[in-house]
Amino acid sequence: MYAQEVKSTGKGVKSLDEMDPQERAFQERIDADIKIEPKEWMPDGYRKTLIRQISQHAHSEIVGQLPEGNWITRAPTLDRKAILLAKVQDEAGHGLYLYCAAETLGVSRDQMTEDLLSGKAKYSSIFNYPTLTWADIGAIGWLVDGAAIMNQVPIQRCSFGPYSRAMIRVCKEESFHQRQGYDIMIKLANGTNAQKEMAQDALNRWWHPSLMMFGPPDDQSVHSAQSMAWKIKMNTNDELRQKFVDETVPQAEYLGLTVPDPDLKWNEERGHYDFGELDWNEFYEVIKGNGPCNRERLEARQRAWTDGAWFREGLVAHAEKRASRVAAE
Amino acid sequence: MDDNSVHELALRMGDNCLILGQGLSAWCGHAPALEEDIALANIALDLIGQTKHWLGLAADLSSEKKTADDLAFLRDVREFKNCLLVEQSNGDYGNTLMRQFLFDAWHYPVLEALVKSSDKRIADIAEKSIKEVTYHLERSTDLVIRLGDGSAESNKRMQGALNRLWRYTGELTEPDSIDDALADSGIAPDLGEIRKKHTQYLAAALREAMLTIPDGEQMQSGGKRGLHTEGFGYLLGEMQVLQRSNPGAKW
Amino acid sequence: MSSEWPLWEIFIRGQHGLSHRHVGSLHAPDAEMAINNARDVYTRRAEGVSIWAVKASDVVASAPGEKGPLFDPANSKVYRHPTFFDIPKEVGKM
Repeated sequence: MYAQEVKSTGKGVKSLDEMDPQERAFQERIDADIKIEPKEWMPDGYRKTLIRQISQHAHSEIVGQLPEGNWITRAPTLDRKAILLAKVQDEAGHGLYLYCAAETLGVSRDQMTEDLLSGKAKYSSIFNYPTLTWADIGAIGWLVDGAAIMNQVPIQRCSFGPYSRAMIRVCKEESFHQRQGYDIMIKLANGTNAQKEMAQDALNRWWHPSLMMFGPPDDQSVHSAQSMAWKIKMNTNDELRQKFVDETVPQAEYLGLTVPDPDLKWNEERGHYDFGELDWNEFYEVIKGNGPCNRERLEARQRAWTDGAWFREGLVAHAEKRASRVAAE
Repeated sequence: MDDNSVHELALRMGDNCLILGQGLSAWCGHAPALEEDIALANIALDLIGQTKHWLGLAADLSSEKKTADDLAFLRDVREFKNCLLVEQSNGDYGNTLMRQFLFDAWHYPVLEALVKSSDKRIADIAEKSIKEVTYHLERSTDLVIRLGDGSAESNKRMQGALNRLWRYTGELTEPDSIDDALADSGIAPDLGEIRKKHTQYLAAALREAMLTIPDGEQMQSGGKRGLHTEGFGYLLGEMQVLQRSNPGAKW
Repeated sequence: MSSEWPLWEIFIRGQHGLSHRHVGSLHAPDAEMAINNARDVYTRRAEGVSIWAVKASDVVASAPGEKGPLFDPANSKVYRHPTFFDIPKEVGKM
């Protein structure tokens, strides 16, 4: 998902009996659905895993501004322009809430930013694909936000208080994001032939990357068990992926669009859709930095950060002057 | 008073909001700090909202059946009536803030007067806009002062921006025959009065910001007559691409 | 140059008559800008009528370990709660 490759630092899941009293008390509180707050004792692995997960999530929101932001100046109507701008602005807000949640664990936003810009920290693979047409904005809202919401709703119940609270705020604000995307798709699907083609083309390009957002298959997802025991991951990757396919296929049918998967078929027995294998090589390449837009995305963030340094420093200089003037009075 | 002048006023106000909002919206995702990214987007959103009101009124008053979107996306360079200041490229963040400040310091007293317009349609839109613009002006003034009186580097950048943009400030309060007619009938303010307020406000704030108003600049004008700067065609090209390449399509 | 803006805790009064509630944090170079930023970040959906900003480093918090001693005594003073007292029905609303 937005945090697809979180390396947990725990060494396999310990049973309660194997834990020392402090860790056992911690795990028992988690098992009892009691939230962990920043100043409380927590295992080192829990802290480090959370910092990675929350900061990856935050980075994804920030980098996620770019592919859609690319179309704000070209949105086709005044309403669409305002809606898209408000949505991309929300993403900046969500990044901000999440950075703040991570900061309660003892890491600074500047440090997290440096890690993103140096390529050390990861962000969701999905944002390394280009937005080529206006329909991509519809497809992103519908599919990418749809997938994100599916992941984020359960995280509202995660064990770490600040993360849970940030997620509650994010989910509340994001409720319109998927709808605005689908609304764009409805207009295109009912529009001119060129618009219909645009819509189908966008679905063709975004379908597989969207399914990969949920992360590698469960049997390759080595760190899930510990994260689930800690309740900072609430569902397995495959569970959520299946849920997404089941919910989205009828939505595509309503639009009169074809999901680009010849193996997609309703399985009466399972009560779910079967779907084709995903190209996990592509996923790992994109995560490693070799996707179509990885370089451009990082460069854009580096530019914003470097070009903005004088602004941030100038304001600090003024605040210091003002403080010393007040002190002198 | 004929509706032609009111139509023209609505176009001028709407085009200013639209073109400035368009420039600001390009910063989304690229501003120097997250908090700033969000704040600037709020201002862009306000301006796009105001555009809908102004161009909506202009569309209602036009002889052909038109919408605000038609006016925004299907007019050419010569038909746009915004001032030259708002179409100047974003440049660095200091340039964007200075452009905003110079505009807000004009926008606010104009709306303050339009609230009392004898034309209710105009007064209503001004009433809706002025709360937002009060905050725009507070914020841009605050930032110009902080950055002007900040580090040596931030002072240098803000002074550079002021030097570059100053020549587009005269036009804001330079009346033409339409302005005169609007002022005579109590629909819009006398631009001479606005000029006094604008000049005074700028002088005081820039002094506090430790910035110097450039001396002897030749003022540029033409926006109200549709005579724009060269970059403006590119701005429209980008903004209008979908409507132009898909005639008649609904979005 | 280290120029990270300090962290501020933001409290917003959502409606007249309610108390301020912690909504989250943000970075700003000083208090005045923290208030401005809070307006932009935390009231995008018209959620507030009044904002407080407190420098995060100025917040004094109870240590979680003290949770027992600080909060438990109140639990024993059940007479502080109106439901502790049985008032005869005939007396009417009180």
